[in-house]
Amino acid sequence: MNTGLSSLDELYREVILDHYQSPRNRGRLADPDVANAGSNPLCGDEIELSLRIRDGQVADVAFDGRGCSISQASASMMTEAIKGKPLEAVRAVLGEFKTLMTDKNAEAVDAAALGDLEALQGVRRYPVRVKCALLPWNVLQESLELYRAGQARGGQHE
Amino acid sequence: MLDVQRIRADFPILQRTVNGKPLVYLDNAATSQKPRAVIEALKDYYERYNANVHRGVHTLSQEATDAFETVREQVARFIGARHSEEVVFVRNTTEAINLVSYAWARRVLQPGDEVIVTEIEHHSNLIPWQLAARDTGAVLRLVPLRDDGTLDLDRYAAILSDRTRLVAVSHMSNALGTINPVADMARLAHEQGALVLVDGAQSVPHLPVDVQALGCDFLAFSGHKMLGPTGVGVLWTRREVLESMDPFLGGGNMILQVWWDRAEWQEIPFRFEAGTPDIADVVAFGPALEYLSALGMDQVRAHELELTRYALARLREVEGLVIYGPQDAESRGGVFSFGLGDIHPHDIGTVLDAEGVAIRAGHHCCQPLMRRLGVPATARASFYLYNTPEEVDALVAALGKVQQIFGRARATV
Repeated sequence: MNTGLSSLDELYREVILDHYQSPRNRGRLADPDVANAGSNPLCGDEIELSLRIRDGQVADVAFDGRGCSISQASASMMTEAIKGKPLEAVRAVLGEFKTLMTDKNAEAVDAAALGDLEALQGVRRYPVRVKCALLPWNVLQESLELYRAGQARGGQHE
Repeated sequence: MLDVQRIRADFPILQRTVNGKPLVYLDNAATSQKPRAVIEALKDYYERYNANVHRGVHTLSQEATDAFETVREQVARFIGARHSEEVVFVRNTTEAINLVSYAWARRVLQPGDEVIVTEIEHHSNLIPWQLAARDTGAVLRLVPLRDDGTLDLDRYAAILSDRTRLVAVSHMSNALGTINPVADMARLAHEQGALVLVDGAQSVPHLPVDVQALGCDFLAFSGHKMLGPTGVGVLWTRREVLESMDPFLGGGNMILQVWWDRAEWQEIPFRFEAGTPDIADVVAFGPALEYLSALGMDQVRAHELELTRYALARLREVEGLVIYGPQDAESRGGVFSFGLGDIHPHDIGTVLDAEGVAIRAGHHCCQPLMRRLGVPATARASFYLYNTPEEVDALVAALGKVQQIFGRARATV
């Protein structure tokens, strides 16, 4: 990847700063099917995620929290990427994003297909900050597991 | 005044670049850099007289033991101790405080006894007392922090009582830079019959520290924050107190006689140094102490005071920058925790690193203090004897870059 930008410009791309300054889907859902939170004890970043799930799709999603630009922008982009998507597609994008950030096979991921999330590739050059980018996704993964466990117990909507 | 350019030439790492920029190392509260004399002493030890100490009759062991024990005497002189056997070598400040918590506090504290700590403490001078209180039924009392970043000494005087067994206080805050009046605090504590532990991790490297003048009973500090290698901490304890204490760790070196079912302990300080110590790093701590002594700790403080005044003035010029802790140079050390608008400290740290400026971003092992300040984390720049006013300028310029990046975003929304 060589866009001619310095690695710092690559990290703080306009689209990331835009999501940081004007986060999408920020807040808490009034009646979520699953709500979950996570934090990064090293830097105090916090993300709360609430999801409403209907007919196997993410009908609505919201996040709250505080932290650095990378964690908050990643959360904002994540909500846009999963809203209205079937759970299988959500799991797929979750897997692709984690691969993109952490895996040696990152080239195998079609980053362009990830939309705004593609902009977070610059974070890979800052290993300490990868944790920031992954925090909301780890909360999402746990949320999906909580939802599945709830379903297995025969509760909840759908 | 210090000849800083000459000093800088003694520190090989200061020649390197980071991200294409000259390194501006402002994370000295975490650990200091090492002069060539320290690095060479490590090599010299391993190449010429590596051997275990206090055990062998052979030449190498004798030389290693002599070098090791010479540093104990140097440490004693450096902090004004009356007896070198009051100096116990441990791994770091944290271990020194835990040694007191296990070998002294747990044997002395009774249910209802009180241990006083302050809201400014590093986790390493808080958690050991939480644990000791939990194990003994003692109660932890807190000296509150005033809004100006100094301790509320009226409250301190009010919570001191004949139930107080120990006052544990840091001499200089690693997060706010506050220099606490520990000599006055020790005098008040002794009037109530309590002992006093001073966490000197930040003060011993930066200020002239004399245990007689402080009047404390325990002083804990780390070699690696004062030009020495990692792996060496010091616990100084007044002799009467140290002699009254049972061992912390049991094993080799700390015994006189051993039977299957019991043992007699060594004299101090060996009673508290079970097992093979970090010989090489203790030996190489010697040149670090020599280096500081040759400069003079009053000169080190004078240099840092001047840098602190300059940094306070320059940082105040930065729009939106808030400095936590005391605002006057005299009541603080060269440790600056700050916030910059609503920009997260991690983002500040990453942009500064791209400019070659190394600072710390985080809670600085002071989570309750961060809560008290109402922030999840701060950015922290901390200075030492090799830092220059030009490096303060480099920090300020790099902060301008942070604002440029994050201001740009705000302008577009």
